Amino acid sequence: MKYICLVYLEDHKLHAVHDSECAACGDGFRQRGLLVAAEALQPVETATTVRVRNGKLSVTDGPFAETKEQLAGFYLIEATDLNEAIQIASKIPPAREGSVEVRPVRALQP
Amino acid sequence: MEATEHIRETVDAVYTSESRRVLATLIRLLGDFDAAEEAMHDAFRAALEQWPRDGVPANPRAWLVSTGRFKAIDTRRRLSRFEPLDDSGDVPETGSVDPEAWADRESVEDDRLRLIFTCCHPALAPDAQVALTLREVCGLTTEEIARTFLTPAPTMAQRIVRAKAKIRDARIPYKVPETSELPERLDAVLRVIYLVFNEGYTASSGAAVTRHDLSSEAIRLGRLLVGLLPEPEALGLLGLMLIHESRREARMSASGDLILLEDQDRSLWNREFIAEGTALVERALRSRRFGPYTIQGAIAAVHANARDAAATDWNEIVGLYDALVRMTPSPVIELNRAVAVALRDGPAAGLAIVDAILDRGDLRDYRLAHAVRADFCRRLGRTSDARDAYERARALTRQEPERRFLERRIAELDSGRS
Repeated sequence: MKYICLVYLEDHKLHAVHDSECAACGDGFRQRGLLVAAEALQPVETATTVRVRNGKLSVTDGPFAETKEQLAGFYLIEATDLNEAIQIASKIPPAREGSVEVRPVRALQP
Repeated sequence: MEATEHIRETVDAVYTSESRRVLATLIRLLGDFDAAEEAMHDAFRAALEQWPRDGVPANPRAWLVSTGRFKAIDTRRRLSRFEPLDDSGDVPETGSVDPEAWADRESVEDDRLRLIFTCCHPALAPDAQVALTLREVCGLTTEEIARTFLTPAPTMAQRIVRAKAKIRDARIPYKVPETSELPERLDAVLRVIYLVFNEGYTASSGAAVTRHDLSSEAIRLGRLLVGLLPEPEALGLLGLMLIHESRREARMSASGDLILLEDQDRSLWNREFIAEGTALVERALRSRRFGPYTIQGAIAAVHANARDAAATDWNEIVGLYDALVRMTPSPVIELNRAVAVALRDGPAAGLAIVDAILDRGDLRDYRLAHAVRADFCRRLGRTSDARDAYERARALTRQEPERRFLERRIAELDSGRS
């Protein structure tokens, strides 16, 4: 089953973990066949929110949610169950600095 | 007719003794809580129909598991005819289970542990862990759980439904944790059991101080866990609960008022519980792998084995609290230690510790911190300080008997009898 591990960090901690450490973590997961995809994200200031209401496109700056932590990156992993997913998520370096939300992926209904 | 009545009694008895085991095994075989519950009820319904005709099987549990499993497969087959798109990819291959393999004693006992660890999985919200454990492991109904926690039944039902949905959708495995995870996962189980016990022993709100049923359930859970997994802290927690429980008859007056430990009639203490609890705590201490529950059990055992309050070994108790504070630093434990220090060295020594805790900003809204401070001030003859502290404690309490106790103390101060 696939789980996404969403990495959240406070603004001032976005660079607390060196990129090379995150890259090495992703490589390690990939070698063990656990990784589907992983990316780091530009800061939330670069984000754009898109909505379509009544067929009309609305584009606004950033997400509106007022939270201390922002989404900093993600790992899409393959795990047999939540226990294994938690084990894998605990190895993601920014787990030390911020938090990692582990969520199962849902299959779209045909 | 009489024979049918007799069979009904037998089925009832089997339900009481075996239904939780049957359910635990069916969850493993079917991979789904709701399907397992339905299958179990179908199996007991079938027993009521078939046992009067065919006799009670030699191994009722095995019969119930087979019957329940067969009924569930049948239901699934029937449903799949109508819902061909059911994502059955996640459903274990029920056909491949060896009909004998599940039945051996060891795997069935493992199922009960699997059930406990799954219900107490840290990925579930704490209140959902408690509700699910009482529902699935203890077999309480949702209404009973709602009533004991003074929660509306629909709220409690929703909590349980959500927890089961998370187990299914996030795929929380039906497993006993690996040795490396065991200490942390066991902590979660012990926390749930102790929470259930405390909810029964000192109900945090409401008119009655004790809700007996929940404490008995917690002790039953503790015994089950010790039987399945005799880890030192599981022994320590069961010992602690038994020793607390031994004082049930002594800790409240006939009019429902609280009686402090030092004023309790010790002849009312249940000696059997004390002996069993003390032996469990000693066994845990000998393992040298004990933790905070065992130490709290040891403290309770020192009290329980003292002839009266004056004969209590306060030095031993202060030493145990020192160890407990080192192991799990917490202002509440420091407060308890202050009480022991006051009994060993006098109220002034205890007051100094309590004031230090309050001065650094901890426990300012904790009713017992103010009640303890009030007691020390009263003993030191600082009547107006004592009165203020009792008033503060009274404003913070939500328990009726506790409020009455504090009001009695205030009235005593006002009438000059302190």
